Amino acid sequence: MEQLDPRARADIYGQRINREPYPWRVRGVPYASIMLASLVPVLLIADVMPLAPPLGFLMLLGWRMVRPGLLPLWAGAPLGAFDDLVSGQPFGSAILLWSLVMIAIELIETRFPWRGFWQDWFTAGVMATAYWLATLLVSGAPMTQALLLVALPQALMAILLYPIMARMVASLDRFRLARARRIS
Amino acid sequence: MAPPTSRRSGFSKKAQFSLFTGYLLAGGFALLGLALLLLSLWQPAAFAPVRGAASDVVAPAGEAGAIARSQSQGLFASIGGYFNAGSQNAALREEMEIARIRLAEADAIKAENHRLKGLLGLRDNAVKPVAMARLVGSTATSARRHAYLSAGGNDGVRPGMPVISDRGVIGRVLETGRTSARVLLLTDSESVLPVRRAKDDVIAFAEGRGDGLLRIRLVNLGINPLKVGDLMVTSGAGGYYRPGVAVAVISQTTPDGGIARLVAEPSATNFVAVEPVHQPVAVSALEDAGGDLSGSPDSGPSPASTATTANASADPE
Repeated sequence: MEQLDPRARADIYGQRINREPYPWRVRGVPYASIMLASLVPVLLIADVMPLAPPLGFLMLLGWRMVRPGLLPLWAGAPLGAFDDLVSGQPFGSAILLWSLVMIAIELIETRFPWRGFWQDWFTAGVMATAYWLATLLVSGAPMTQALLLVALPQALMAILLYPIMARMVASLDRFRLARARRIS
Repeated sequence: MAPPTSRRSGFSKKAQFSLFTGYLLAGGFALLGLALLLLSLWQPAAFAPVRGAASDVVAPAGEAGAIARSQSQGLFASIGGYFNAGSQNAALREEMEIARIRLAEADAIKAENHRLKGLLGLRDNAVKPVAMARLVGSTATSARRHAYLSAGGNDGVRPGMPVISDRGVIGRVLETGRTSARVLLLTDSESVLPVRRAKDDVIAFAEGRGDGLLRIRLVNLGINPLKVGDLMVTSGAGGYYRPGVAVAVISQTTPDGGIARLVAEPSATNFVAVEPVHQPVAVSALEDAGGDLSGSPDSGPSPASTATTANASADPE
């Protein structure tokens, strides 16, 4: 059979016989990718205005939307605590907001169980905009028109970035479940 | 796409309980987060040690990024130089800009000397920096403008110390870890810095606006003497910064002062120097006097205490 078509006994996760995914990948990749995404904006020097969209939050949204039920409902709190340590927001803001967002998406999903890409994008966009406004409010900086104006690109980028993040999460998910371990 | 059926609890008591526990945990964590948030808004320095440990871990990665950034900046500068008149051009232009700032600073020093002629024998020694380090990162997603420095408590960096680049003031150390520190940049909306015009004694406060510009507010209101292009330097009031370091250039005048652009942009700097607090005795005395404002020198210098200390020492002038 393999001589006719080498992919006959394989699917997108690789060979189906004699192979298994690594357990650490299955469990760890979502958390590791969200924490890495929280760290990436730190490496930019943004002296003028908030430049980067909240990548860690977008990654969390991506995992939650692409793989519903993979992250437990309370996963927003520990991941948010890590984000708070490096993001410059007062400690506790991401714990609160990420938890609230996880609960809100869960409720939306119970209300509208059938979903598609556009509805996912709409939900993610609403969540990202609300999160952006809430982080500005709790950051400890006084809300001025100037601040709102310079932070606006951040919200736009967050909304536009969701489809790309969803594709990235999908490819990370293929990496997560790839049958790379040979069992004998 | 419908959600996986395994997530519906149905009649299974176990599934129902685990769903309920999930909601309970998430709600509980949200409340905990709210409590922590209120605590850290009320006491900004409460979580400084944990943050310091986290930034110690991140700083080495940022170091590599900083080296790559400075090298790519050099690359871009030399490409730009070829486009104009050879790569020399870029270097010379930068040198001339620094020389121009130094010239204005020399004017400031001249005025300072003139004022201090009566106080002979009270000379400042040359300031020796505590540490030289790179800016390795910043809080790019937050509305606050903090930067991370690749030197920390082990190098002698303490909260409150001024951070200065070869062009001018960058900001002030807010929290320290072992090998990294967090710097409050001038553009942060909580940053207040006493300044004066380089040419004469027009004193003012430079406040961050949060959008990359500084708002210069004159202390003595009246006819606004500021003009576009005036260089503002540190006045030394408040005791944290030594006087006469370039801060900003006025780009627009307003009825109570002006809007100014930074002289030293953190994203364009390679190495920065952490200098000791200029007048540690005065700073500690003022902080003891206003003890309820900022508690100990370890707590982040709040704008209220900065303004108070600056006012207190600006009065005699």
